[in-house]
Amino acid sequence: MSDDMDFEEGGTVKKFMFVNRKAPYGTIYALEGLEVVLISAAFDQDVSLAFLDDGVFQLVKGQKTDGVEMKNFSPTYRALEGYDIEKLYVERESLEARGLSEDDLLVDVQVMSAAEMGDMMSQQDVVISF
Amino acid sequence: MALEVNGTTIETDEEGFLVNLSDWNPDVAAELAKGENVEMTDQHWEVINFLREYYDEYQIAPAVRVLTKAIGKKLGPDKGNSKYLYDLFPYGPGKQACKIAGLPKPTGCI
Repeated sequence: MSDDMDFEEGGTVKKFMFVNRKAPYGTIYALEGLEVVLISAAFDQDVSLAFLDDGVFQLVKGQKTDGVEMKNFSPTYRALEGYDIEKLYVERESLEARGLSEDDLLVDVQVMSAAEMGDMMSQQDVVISF
Repeated sequence: MALEVNGTTIETDEEGFLVNLSDWNPDVAAELAKGENVEMTDQHWEVINFLREYYDEYQIAPAVRVLTKAIGKKLGPDKGNSKYLYDLFPYGPGKQACKIAGLPKPTGCI
């Protein structure tokens, strides 16, 4: 993991992974993380998103936020494809521990084991956690 | 800041974007366009309506690059390019068109 960012013209493309571990509402992490991801798309880097722990709830279908008086930003995950961000990884153990499966999610993802996720993380140049 | 439309006061932020997105209607859009010195034509409305549909579906205002690509897909390559969009909205299709469409400033718009 490194935090030196090289966006110079013709600079190398780095592998960025944004790790989402928190439930979508109650804290601002998920929404802020998503905004950073959308902005990062402008820099033509190799961007992926990982969803672990309560972070998997960010992708669950049918979110209704009227009761907590927050904007339901879950439809924005479906816009990621248009931003050419198509690598969404979800940890299988986190889904299973919460009684969820891939069918409960609102976007196409790649489900992988914790071990595979670890491998994926070790291949990154930059890992940013939210 | 505020805007006066048909006797109703509409609240805007320091850059002229609507504070309450639900305040938007075509009359408000026309007034916002006037403030931007944009003469609204059918071509302008096409982009504005596209932006509103995009926001409705995804809950964000798209980045210019994404908007350009999506417009090209929906309305054809002669419209899905920067020149066409900048001719319509000289101060940037992202910022200016989003403002007239009553959307927030695009995420990542500098």
